[in-house]
Amino acid sequence: MMEMLEWLGRKTLGIFDQLGAIILLFVAAVKQLPKISFHETAKQSLDLGVKSFSIVALTLLFTGMVLSVQMAGVLTKYGAAFSIGGIVTIAMGRELGPVLCGVVLAGRCGAAITAELGTMRVTEQIDALRCMAVNPVAYLVVPRMVACMTMLPVLNVFGVAIGIVGAMLVAALKDGVSAYTFFHSIQVFCGTEDISAGIIKSVIFGMIVALVGCDRGMTCDAGAEGVGKATTQSVVYSIVMLFAANYLLSSVLF
Amino acid sequence: MISVEHVSKSFGTRQILRDVSLSVGKGETMVILGASGSGKSTLLKMIIGLLRPDSGRVMVNGQDITRMNEDELNRERIHMGMVFQYSALFDSMSVRENVAFGLRHHGHFSEAEIDSIVREKLHLVGLDGTESLMPASLSGGMKKRVSLARAIALNPEIILYDEPTAGLDPIRSTDISALIKRMQETMHVTSVVVTHDLKSAYYVADRIAFLYKGQFRFIGKPEEIRNSDDPTVQQFIQGRGSLTEDSHTGGDRG
Repeated sequence: MMEMLEWLGRKTLGIFDQLGAIILLFVAAVKQLPKISFHETAKQSLDLGVKSFSIVALTLLFTGMVLSVQMAGVLTKYGAAFSIGGIVTIAMGRELGPVLCGVVLAGRCGAAITAELGTMRVTEQIDALRCMAVNPVAYLVVPRMVACMTMLPVLNVFGVAIGIVGAMLVAALKDGVSAYTFFHSIQVFCGTEDISAGIIKSVIFGMIVALVGCDRGMTCDAGAEGVGKATTQSVVYSIVMLFAANYLLSSVLF
Repeated sequence: MISVEHVSKSFGTRQILRDVSLSVGKGETMVILGASGSGKSTLLKMIIGLLRPDSGRVMVNGQDITRMNEDELNRERIHMGMVFQYSALFDSMSVRENVAFGLRHHGHFSEAEIDSIVREKLHLVGLDGTESLMPASLSGGMKKRVSLARAIALNPEIILYDEPTAGLDPIRSTDISALIKRMQETMHVTSVVVTHDLKSAYYVADRIAFLYKGQFRFIGKPEEIRNSDDPTVQQFIQGRGSLTEDSHTGGDRG
């Protein structure tokens, strides 16, 4: 029992330690924002954003489809199948879209950022940057942070749209809900805030994934084991913080 | 040019440097000799501001760099170059981009000028025609030479070498030593060379400082160290037995 509590305490302290670290890194990155390299940011946007499109699209397509399968059964039972479009859109736009995009980004890009920067740290490339009078935060962190903060909302919007289309197809083919009924319910039930709140969440989630990934990489222990451990921590810490931030943001935004 | 004054440094409970002082004159090549873990690389990293001493100060060009913030340090680092033990080349960039890196960040050079400087520096280190190669396809000796070309791209006044001949075969070691000597003769740079390669040390050094258990045991000309009657110095230069180092740390390879 004591061992379990100690483990829980260590993990909790680790999360708060990481939270403090990313706040400090965020402040440092904001200070370096005027020195942003647009070339590097465009490169990171391509690597972290555009190349994540297919995995985000597939994830949200199947999420929309499964949501339609689950909701249609219940709603049809109570004669409310006409509302399925609105319910799916609210669920996808407010919660599932930004959260799942964030989780996918943490797994695909947060891990890649940590592995790349961790390798740079253990091979002294970050020291080399400093020796060449280049601030590692300006050169490495700012472009990744800006890329994640701008690309995740874009991925979210496309992902949610694809998820809604998936849900609509399932509702039409499996439960006979017409496309007109589906999209009409979206018009009736949903407002712009259902999508805009998701976009705001995505910006914050993108920042969390980028900053945790950069911090873990730039502070990882020496050797291949150190890089591997930091990469795992990056994904775990990102996802935990992302869910906690989602709760806070949902409380504030809705 | 460089003055290390009463510097001490510990990592955790292990004291690496104990009240060490050293001065290097303009245009002088100072070689710091010592067994692995004696604190050589730690001292080198303090001279370029990668590490800060626990006590004492490091003066470069009459300025106390231990009190500088990162931006002030960067202004000093522009006049310094460092060749890392494992080269620390940016592995995602070609040889050309590695050498051009400092020029792009700190100079207002046109692409034609950058091309010309890159070719000139690569010619100086005997690597003509390697501009488009990636670091992964270079041998250890070639990487060291690219690292040197990168370090001298902005014509620094000070070059720091961290184990420049480590891991190279005797012929490549001689090539690198000859290059260090040539930098001294053609560019009149002030150099600090950390090594445990005696042959290279005797060849390039104006003076040699022998670091033992975190303190300088000997500072003098190469012929003086050969004739030193200090048994520890003789034991090191003759390679007899083992010099026990109780100050070994994971944070310092030198």
